[in-house]
Amino acid sequence: MIPAVEATGHAAAGVAAVGLGPSIAASVLQVVAVLFGGPLLVGLMAKVRARAEGRIGAPIRQPLLDVRKLMTKERVHAEHASVVLSIAPFVVVASAAVAVAIAPLVATVPALHHGADLFVVVSLLLMGSVALALAGLDPGTAFGGMGSSRAMAIGALAEPALLVAVLALSIQAGTSNLPAIVSATLAHPAWVASPQRLLALVALVVVVLAETGRIPVDNPSTHLELTMIHEAMVLEYAGPELALVTLGEAMRLGLLFSLVANLFFPWGIATTASVPRLLLGLAVLGAKTAAIAVAVSLLEIQTAKLRLFRVPELLAGGFVLAVLAVITGLVTR
Amino acid sequence: MTVALFLGALGLGLAGSLAGATLPARRRVFAAAALSSMACVVAFVGAGEVLLSGRSGAFSSSEILPLTGVNLLLDPLGALFVATTAVVGLAASCYSVGYAGNSLRSRSAAGLLPLFLTTLLLVPAAASVATFMVAWELMALTSLMLLLVEHRHRAEAREAAQWYAAMTHVGAAAILVGLVLLVGHRGGESFADIAANAGKLSPATRSLGFVLVLLGCASKAGAVPLHVWLPRAHPEAPSPVSALMSGAMVNLGIYGIIRVGDDLLGGGELWWWLVVLGLGAASAFFGALSAAASTDLKRLLAYSTIDNLGLVLIGVGAAGALAATGHHRLAALAMLAALFHLVNHSAFKGCLFLAAGAVERATGIRDLDRLGGLVHRLPATTALFGLGALSISALPPFNGFASEWLLIQSLLHGFASRSPATVVALLGGVAALALTGGLTAAAFVKALGIGFLGQPRSPAAASAHEVAPSMVAGMALLAVPCVLLGVAPGLAMAILHRATESGLGTSSPGSLHHGLGLDLAGLDGAIEPVLLVAALLSALGLAWGVVRIVARRGARSAAAWGCGRESQTSRMEYTATSFAEPLQRVFADVLRPDHDLDVTHVAESRYVIRAMSYSGQVDDVIERSWYRPVIGLVKAWGSVARRAQNGSVHRYLAYSFAALVVILVVLA
Repeated sequence: MIPAVEATGHAAAGVAAVGLGPSIAASVLQVVAVLFGGPLLVGLMAKVRARAEGRIGAPIRQPLLDVRKLMTKERVHAEHASVVLSIAPFVVVASAAVAVAIAPLVATVPALHHGADLFVVVSLLLMGSVALALAGLDPGTAFGGMGSSRAMAIGALAEPALLVAVLALSIQAGTSNLPAIVSATLAHPAWVASPQRLLALVALVVVVLAETGRIPVDNPSTHLELTMIHEAMVLEYAGPELALVTLGEAMRLGLLFSLVANLFFPWGIATTASVPRLLLGLAVLGAKTAAIAVAVSLLEIQTAKLRLFRVPELLAGGFVLAVLAVITGLVTR
Repeated sequence: MTVALFLGALGLGLAGSLAGATLPARRRVFAAAALSSMACVVAFVGAGEVLLSGRSGAFSSSEILPLTGVNLLLDPLGALFVATTAVVGLAASCYSVGYAGNSLRSRSAAGLLPLFLTTLLLVPAAASVATFMVAWELMALTSLMLLLVEHRHRAEAREAAQWYAAMTHVGAAAILVGLVLLVGHRGGESFADIAANAGKLSPATRSLGFVLVLLGCASKAGAVPLHVWLPRAHPEAPSPVSALMSGAMVNLGIYGIIRVGDDLLGGGELWWWLVVLGLGAASAFFGALSAAASTDLKRLLAYSTIDNLGLVLIGVGAAGALAATGHHRLAALAMLAALFHLVNHSAFKGCLFLAAGAVERATGIRDLDRLGGLVHRLPATTALFGLGALSISALPPFNGFASEWLLIQSLLHGFASRSPATVVALLGGVAALALTGGLTAAAFVKALGIGFLGQPRSPAAASAHEVAPSMVAGMALLAVPCVLLGVAPGLAMAILHRATESGLGTSSPGSLHHGLGLDLAGLDGAIEPVLLVAALLSALGLAWGVVRIVARRGARSAAAWGCGRESQTSRMEYTATSFAEPLQRVFADVLRPDHDLDVTHVAESRYVIRAMSYSGQVDDVIERSWYRPVIGLVKAWGSVARRAQNGSVHRYLAYSFAALVVILVVLA
């Protein structure tokens, strides 16, 4: 425990040496990367799925094309809805963008890295979820309410698993500062194979599947309202607002995949904000997240969607693994 | 100066009470509210002076109470509670001007509300057992009578008052016995004497004394399983009183635990604080879960009070446990986080209760299943309730996030403790904290989304009107700290520092703020909400600008998607009950909901159904399984005892004679 604290102290000191300009550049690069990379990951997953099922599938850049097309479409506002319905898409995108900007994705030195706490990132993601859930209830329809209710129930169960898994990582590094955790992992490669990391990894993967609405928790391509979770919430959106929601969701997916990649396999991330290191970091991040995306979509092909009331068991399993990760960490320190 | 201000505040409060009780009906509400607002402002200034300077103010008089006199001491710990109460009190007083309809307009109610407020200000300043108990009991009695103000309209208020009276008096008795034990044979009954003599008491006496005080105070703070009065009493009270109960009165339970356990007894044993931490973890989880399952707006808020006070208890327990194992700096950090969350909770819960009262005033409804669409009819109330809901869900950049982050940090670093029992307890606290986060968000998305958005589910909700400006001003006043302490939590750190130091003795949590943000010096943890807000706003602006430029076509309004149905009425909307159903089902083992499905078939065929009726409700499971048996036992004992009383005077004389003989025999 105590050496860990010292190590991260060094890491934080190293982090603080970077000037404001380069760190803002790193942040902007991260936001741009995830803004385009997130939809590309979604497209990649659809492509892998199509190929595995023997179809050719849409091009990988299809989600980006969809967003561009939706932007030019007419906006349709549901009759009884209030301003909440119109604001929510912006909140989803903005909260995801800020989370992306402060998290160590391409580089360990993004702007605001001093306050880039894991719990801040978790809360920013929660902010997007709450905004969408409220938007689902706003038009006063049965489907929107159904989607919100289910999403919040699943979120309420995923949240504890996420927080405790995050805590397991924080205890190991002696801090919950994200760049410090990543830097400390770079300094202690053996941590990656420690039992608490592996348990926390499994818990986080479960949470990521739930938060991004993938099979076995939710089916992103369902067309039946009664089986929908996320899609039911956003039924009322059309045109640019739908584009924003789609983009926001893709960015959340990109962020979560990148976080899993960097928390458990940080090598390749830029530790300074020089141009070649940033470009290398970007390329490595792209490769890592693409690998995760392929793995997730292969997993999706292999499994069937769970019945809604079996999902809590999966998430409870994630929570238990996360608690075990904390206990293992405390016992083996 | 401090003393003069504080006594002035008490005097103004009493004057308000007098004005409310004596002036004619037209003027009494305004006069009482004006005087108690002034009392709050003056008390806030006095308490602020103590908090900023760190100098306590003392006052004692032997004329006011016979035998013991009155002893007051406003130290930074007490001053923090006084200042918090003053802010909630100011908002509630302002709000009560517009709210006072038929219920709060009566002579007794108008006089009692300022008196209740005065006792709330008095309790944290009491410096002797007698003064403390008198103030505590006055607080209990005035709030009890205020709870009964609306009993003619609602029978539930009477039942709630019975529960409250029973719980609060058992609690007060426990506190009294505990404090008397701590006073012991020698020494005076002032708190300073108790603190000086604490070392001379036997460990068993100290522990017994603390446990008794803890029982009473935990019941006041709504800790599970002593919480049963809270989800009944807080909803049934008039809303300004609910806000004062949830925003100020429950705090004093925490105050009692800190004052006696940490200050007077100097920390005590490790196991005391593990018990406190356990109580907190149980309360946090149970409160959050029950709030997520509630469909009554004020009951939901009451359960969420149990949840948040549970989080505070986790912090207080962690602080005590870490101090007992020698981690004084981490202990101070946990205590500071607990106090910060307590202050924040007072702000957002006061705001939420006042907003719920505004909804009740505008529609006459508290049942979420019959609300909806209020965003169009009560925009200001909706906005303020929404702000409170976001704060309580611990979303950045509001104050709930700042204090929960600090609490998590204190637990995270508390794992450095070498005591296995402490580590296990901290783990329990962390698990409870993690579980409450998502459940609270679900509960408040339900309250805001079902209650205020969507289509109105009843005619009363459809024809509601925005409430009086004074009520909106009251709510807005409490929304200010929600935003301010969230965006700039660093501002509050110096004050909380002083309160923590005066509660825990000399230990200091170290420097905690960096500009307006939080930065745990030496612990490598920081948040900078101002920059976060700036980033969020610029991202929002950028997205909005891009959409404005890129999107080419305008907007039109259309009916919502109905999956082929021709018209959608509000009867087809999701209700609060259906919203809560998935979580209720997942946690059925804890909540044990009652379901009743009644199917009536047509007489000719079993395959044709004539009518179906469904009812479901979630009672408080602890009340049902722990309290009902005790109440049944008491009732059974009562009916046995009744046989001894048949109204015959001869028999009663015989009892007296027998009792006399027994006493004489025993004494001889």
